[in-house]
Order: sequence, then C-alpha cells, then structure tokens
Amino acid sequence: MDANFWHMSGYAAYVWGSFGVAALVFVWAGLAPRRRRRELLDSIRGSAEDV
Amino acid sequence: MWTWFHRLASPPHFYRLAERWLPWVGVAAAGLLAWGWIGGLVFAPPDYQQKDAFRIIYVHVPTAAASLSLYTMMAVAGAVALIWRMKLAECVLVATAPVGAGMTVVALITGMLWGKPMWGTYWVWDARLTSELVLLFLYLGVIGLQQAFEDARAAARACALLAIVGVVNVPIVKYSVEWWNSLHQTSTILKLGKPTITADMAVPLYAALAGTFLLCAYAILRRVQNELLWRERRTGWVAELL
Repeated sequence: MDANFWHMSGYAAYVWGSFGVAALVFVWAGLAPRRRRRELLDSIRGSAEDV
Repeated sequence: MWTWFHRLASPPHFYRLAERWLPWVGVAAAGLLAWGWIGGLVFAPPDYQQKDAFRIIYVHVPTAAASLSLYTMMAVAGAVALIWRMKLAECVLVATAPVGAGMTVVALITGMLWGKPMWGTYWVWDARLTSELVLLFLYLGVIGLQQAFEDARAAARACALLAIVGVVNVPIVKYSVEWWNSLHQTSTILKLGKPTITADMAVPLYAALAGTFLLCAYAILRRVQNELLWRERRTGWVAELL
C-alpha cells in the first residue's frame, strides 16, 4: 500500500476512525453471543450435575 | 402453513434450524463485508468533491439502514409477542435490541466523523441526527427494561410495549430529511430507480449493505439461541444438547 492510501487525501483520521469503530462493533456483535453461549452451557451443565 | 409456523416457533426446532444456518450466514457476512470494505476503501475512485472522506458511507449507510430495519423488526416481534404470547417472538425482541443499539452507535459515530470535515461540525441538533439519537435511547430503554425484571416473560412484555410505542420514531428518522430542512442530505442510494453514483462506488456499497445485514442476522440468531437455552434450561431438549 502506498502512502496515499493511508493518507486518504487528508481525511485519514475520519476515514480510519469510522472503519475502526465499525470493525470493533462488528467483531463484538459476532463474538459476544458465542462467548455467552459457552458460559450458559457451562452453567447449565453445572446446575444439572447438582441435581 | 400453520403447522409449519408452529414447528418453526418451537424452541428445539428453531434452535437446531439456526444451528444449521449459522455457519453459512457467518461466512456470507464475512465475505460480503470484506468485499464491500476492500472495494470501498481500495478500488472505488475518490469522490470529486469529498475526495476520500466519502468512503465513510461504506460503514455509515449500511449501519444506519440496519438501525432502522432492526428497530422495525423488534417492534413487529413485540406485537407478535403481545398478541399471541409467542415465546420465540419474545426471544427475537430481546435479542435484537443490543445488536440494533450497536448499529445505531456506529451510524451516529461515523456520521459525526463525516460531519466534522464536511459540515465543519460533529453534531447539530437537526431532525435527522436528533431522531437517530432518540432511536439509540429507545434501544437502550428496551435493554434496560429487560434487565430490570426478574421474570423473563414479564420483561419481554414490558419491552414489547416500549418497542411498539417507539416505532413511531422510525418513519420520523427515515423521512426527516424530506419533512424538515435538514443538514443531512436526502437519500441517493437507497431509493427507487437508478442510483446516482457510479457502479465502482455502488457495487461495494451493496456488498457492505448485504454483509452488514447478514452480520446482524448472525448476531441475532446466536442471541435468540442463547435466550432459548436459558429459558428452556430445565427441559429435555437442552439436556440432550449437553
């Protein structure tokens, strides 16, 4: 990638900032429910063993 | 038709159906987002007026569109949950709120980041921006209300009411740019007829739109699954899963 690409004709902070925020939220959207599912399955498994 | 509908609404059946579809939805979302973002950042030509700042639309337009569509879906799920007491609709309602809130936050922040260099300000209290902020508060209200109740079903009913009342805000956001003299431009891409931008710019935008909606579908399906698991944790089908 050349310097012009990262420079974004002077709007680098705005363009990369926007894509950065979007990337963060998108990764959170995709991963958070997966982590929650592991926790849920663990806790359901745990309480099933107590019975 | 009704038997199919009933089967779909049954928690174990929906859970398994989602499980089968999720990998495909996830892969399609990632692929389309990669296409849309790389196309938008690398291959689309810079705008003749806005130069490279216009590239923000590849995240702003899809998330803004999703913020409105998801709210509408949430309100419809709320109506179904209230009228037919359908458990699956309650789960869809509470699963949609956090994802919709996330999309609204991205739409607002990217809009501000575009507004600063183009309008000279991050924020103005005009109709489009204010009503989109109200949309965020509505999502946060649904999330807060859901957490305020001990009983999941009572929580879902309260959330459904708020979601339905709040849906009046959706057309206000959508048509604010036409009804009032807004700083925000009117729709150029998501309208009927020929789009007014070149294909090099438009095609990645459609890919980003489809990818963003599929990502939302992925996140919501996973959250519905979690909600079903938790609510049905003492039933046989969940025990079978473990």
